[in-house]
Amino acid sequence: MTYVIAGSCIKDDSCIEVCPVDCIHPKPGAPDFDAAEQLYIDPEVCIDCDACVEACPIDAIFADFQLPEKYDYALDLNREFFAELGTADRTAG
Amino acid sequence: MARTRPRVAIVGAGPAGAFAAASVLRARGDAEVDLFERLPTPWGLLRGGVAPDHQEIKRLEDLFDRQTLRRGCRFLGNVEVGVDVSHAELMEHYTAVIYATGAQTDKSLRIPGEDLSGSWAATEFVAWYNGHPDYRGLEFDLSATRAVVVGNGNVAADVTRILTLSARELERTDVADHALDALRESRIEEVVVLGRRGPAQAAFTSAELRELGRLDGVDVRVDPADVELDAVSQRWLAEEGTFTARKNVELLREFAARPAGDAPRRIALRFLRSPVEIRGAASVEAIDVRRNEIVRADDGALRARPLDEAVETIECGLVLRSVGYQAVPLPDVPFDERRFVLPNERGRVLTADGTPLPGVYAVGWIKRGPTGILGTNKRDADETVSCLVEDLAAGTPAQPPQPGRDRIDALLAERKPDLVTVEGWRAIDGHELRRGRSEQRPRVKLASRDELLDAAGATAARPAAARS
Repeated sequence: MTYVIAGSCIKDDSCIEVCPVDCIHPKPGAPDFDAAEQLYIDPEVCIDCDACVEACPIDAIFADFQLPEKYDYALDLNREFFAELGTADRTAG
Repeated sequence: MARTRPRVAIVGAGPAGAFAAASVLRARGDAEVDLFERLPTPWGLLRGGVAPDHQEIKRLEDLFDRQTLRRGCRFLGNVEVGVDVSHAELMEHYTAVIYATGAQTDKSLRIPGEDLSGSWAATEFVAWYNGHPDYRGLEFDLSATRAVVVGNGNVAADVTRILTLSARELERTDVADHALDALRESRIEEVVVLGRRGPAQAAFTSAELRELGRLDGVDVRVDPADVELDAVSQRWLAEEGTFTARKNVELLREFAARPAGDAPRRIALRFLRSPVEIRGAASVEAIDVRRNEIVRADDGALRARPLDEAVETIECGLVLRSVGYQAVPLPDVPFDERRFVLPNERGRVLTADGTPLPGVYAVGWIKRGPTGILGTNKRDADETVSCLVEDLAAGTPAQPPQPGRDRIDALLAERKPDLVTVEGWRAIDGHELRRGRSEQRPRVKLASRDELLDAAGATAARPAAARS
């Protein structure tokens, strides 16, 4: 499984501060940070520790199997964000 | 030598002020922090701006409470800095003053008819449905079948949702009672949302846009021709477009492909349309729009340019203008009239010659302009507070002439007998939450100043003559 950030994210970066594997992006200072409407969890890297869930002040992070129906698109969206990022990195490299 | 405890006044208890208070307390645990607020209630746009059907975001108030009021920061509500107490007086009593007053007015469209009855700033509608006491008396005419929302940002999305949600859904929120009553009687069937630029440039977040397409009892309509991107936009989206812009275009194409439905209410998203005139004899009857095309300006930005002179008339009885916020100058503090912010460097407010004004700081929209979302204010506050902490360590600003908190308290007691402190706010909060529980709603807001002050227990202290 993985944790997933839903659309109510306010980009408070509490989750980034506690993530032990650095799988939440974009990070403050990154070029795409300001334009990002929310933060995303990389499902390929997330270790399901739930530290971010505890840290989020507005409970915007869910386990993938517990996503409320209104956020049913969010796992795909988080995955897609990193897929695009990967393409961009390869292009840049 | 023992350090003197710095005394910090924060003006404005919205998200920027709250994050700043929390940041000061984290960085300087010895600081005495006072949070001044014009309203009897704290948390600014979290209470009065965030839409009532987005309750999950309002949970942030628990964090604000934990990190500020429960850590010794005082709430001084129902006090307007610049009116009840001056900037100069604050400087006599505090080591530092941090302005967090936000952006309190709307940008205008600068077109004829904008001031007709029935044409409103979207933020007036927002303040009204969210129970801001200064807006309670507004009367929105919801008797026509069509409303037009001008603008493509998240405030435009919020007001569009509130106009189209069913009464059953609104009843589950903390929308103000007077608004709930009016919205129950609303005859609006269609909300037309006008974007000056194209689908690729819309400022909605994809989350807000997606939500518009998923409302119960509401069809969303997009003209397929509107989502065929012009060459300039196509190239921009492929080469520079953000993840959100690509998602928005994807969503709008999906909306455009939907078969026409027969839901009781409709949202029509129209792009590349600029209003040129709002018309009506006594009140709004129609809005005239012209078509635009997207061009790349010399500075690289994508701008809307009128395509031709043809005018399309959209009949409507309500216009909500949502094209951005603007800050207003504060008495006795420098103001940048071009950028509509306090001139500042990393939060240190600057004088006309560009040198820091000792002890004066800015945070939030009054510092950076109306950009970013709630969490942006956390980093913004940390930046300002790191400057403050540096300055304190360097001995600038100096300690204020008035030596203790009791002096400002005496001044406030004299000027504002109906001051609302944290106890008053807790009484208001408790009252609203209890009423909410009894009606199976998250909260039932008290929406007039008198009701709020009564609940806070502040009225008994008010001289009878001052009561309205």
